[in-house]
Amino acid sequence: MAWFEFPKEKPAIPPAKALWAICPKCKSHFEKKTWKENNSICPKCNYHGRLSARERIAQIADEGSFTELFREVSYSDHLDFHDATGSYKSKIDATIAKSGETESIVAGTCEIGGHKAMLCVMDFSFMGGSLGTGTGERIARACRQAVEERRPLVIFSASGGARMHEGILSLMQMAKTSAAIAKLKEAGLPYISVLTDPTTGGVSASYAMLGDINITEPKALIGFAGRRVIENTIHQKLPDDFQSAEYLEKHGFIDKIVERSRLKGFIAKMLGLWGF
Amino acid sequence: MTAIEKVKIARDPKRPHLKDFIDGIFAGFEELHGDRLANDDRALIGGFATLEGRSVLVLGHNKGATVEENMAANFGMANPDGYRKAMRLAKLAEKFHLPVITFVDTPGAYPGREAEERGQAEAIAKSLEFFARLKTPVVVVITGEGGSGGALAIAVGDRVLMMENAVYSVISPEGCAGILWRDGAKAPEAAEALKITAADLKKLGAIDEIVKEPAGGAQKNRALACKNVKKALLKALAELDGTDPDALIEARCEKFAKMGNFHK
Repeated sequence: MAWFEFPKEKPAIPPAKALWAICPKCKSHFEKKTWKENNSICPKCNYHGRLSARERIAQIADEGSFTELFREVSYSDHLDFHDATGSYKSKIDATIAKSGETESIVAGTCEIGGHKAMLCVMDFSFMGGSLGTGTGERIARACRQAVEERRPLVIFSASGGARMHEGILSLMQMAKTSAAIAKLKEAGLPYISVLTDPTTGGVSASYAMLGDINITEPKALIGFAGRRVIENTIHQKLPDDFQSAEYLEKHGFIDKIVERSRLKGFIAKMLGLWGF
Repeated sequence: MTAIEKVKIARDPKRPHLKDFIDGIFAGFEELHGDRLANDDRALIGGFATLEGRSVLVLGHNKGATVEENMAANFGMANPDGYRKAMRLAKLAEKFHLPVITFVDTPGAYPGREAEERGQAEAIAKSLEFFARLKTPVVVVITGEGGSGGALAIAVGDRVLMMENAVYSVISPEGCAGILWRDGAKAPEAAEALKITAADLKKLGAIDEIVKEPAGGAQKNRALACKNVKKALLKALAELDGTDPDALIEARCEKFAKMGNFHK
């Protein structure tokens, strides 16, 4: 018998990424447990990390008050879209199976600190929070029902922009949602837009920027064009804080940066101040 | 013709530019400048003119015909100031119950540092909201490149016409290929997959009418191209004339509300 032998099975060492969370802003390492316990907020730099739509709803809607709507409204593969890695249908069906969500936004009625509201929350983990026809249709329906039931509208955005797999009709969702929001505002109802990390492209250039107030969380990325696209266009390096929540507030496009712990209270307070 | 061949024609510098359409279709165009906030964008211009004797507002992306004009006009890529100017002028048209005619030909809204700082996203968003509820007829003509949000910002209208060889897309074929194929050279595949030609968009219900081009494309005979556009414009306006303004905006919003609603 040899004086050593290879173990037949490797001991079960969990991969590093199962244990550690890395803050995407300051690159500090934390135990995943610490990151979660801190509500996905970086303990070091206060970057407010991404939440799933369900996590967000749990934090914003009063307990037991959320009734989901329009779940049957999902994606459409009207282009029979295929790219280098396969079909759109197989990709999004896999996302649906994995996530349990059927679109990049979850909509429903709820109460926020006792104020009734229509709440829509985007989920960045669903196809990058992209705006597809199902997403746009859910928002349009939410606006119409909000008008019928006299509910203020609150949308949490988190998106890379329009969903190119759905072609021109995804672009048209920008027009459709903006029109629906215009009608809601004309009906005298408030719309609070919360732009969370990240909100860019066709979503920032439509409903996300149309709030009666636009609010955000610390260090969220908000912009129209991507940083690399801009740097390649103007052949200049952009400042580190370019397109950050703080940068947008300084330039006048954000009403307020609100800490996550205060977000629900702030929304409820504004709705109360406005008489809703 | 393949989609990428259409893209090449749509981008052909010899294709009629905004100035050609203005000169060939309207009379007495008077340009009006500035957004009253900060700037006058040369990539998106506007002014009043007459069309067969009736007053209209003309708005359009301006790519420029020479290199100097291209530079001054930023190759038709508007800044937020351009969209804000468009809204200011369209408000004026609404005040006098005059139709608004927009010409869309842009690679997209300008991706620049100042554009972001002055709120490119906000300006486009506001423009979409604004044109959805503008109480005067709005007729859109996609003449060349309809590049994403920068095009749509002035393309929310009662009638959307599109020239036969124009393209209109959520993202450029190159941009899409870069992301989904990880290779910009796959633009021909992306162009095909995205369905960006006038015939495709008509089928999808994103546009209302295709304007015929002279054989070989509008660049072969600009005068005839203008004549065809003019005829289509007059037809669209005649259909809209006399519509009650409230009914007009309801129908306009309804038209966009139907797009991509696959769930009854």
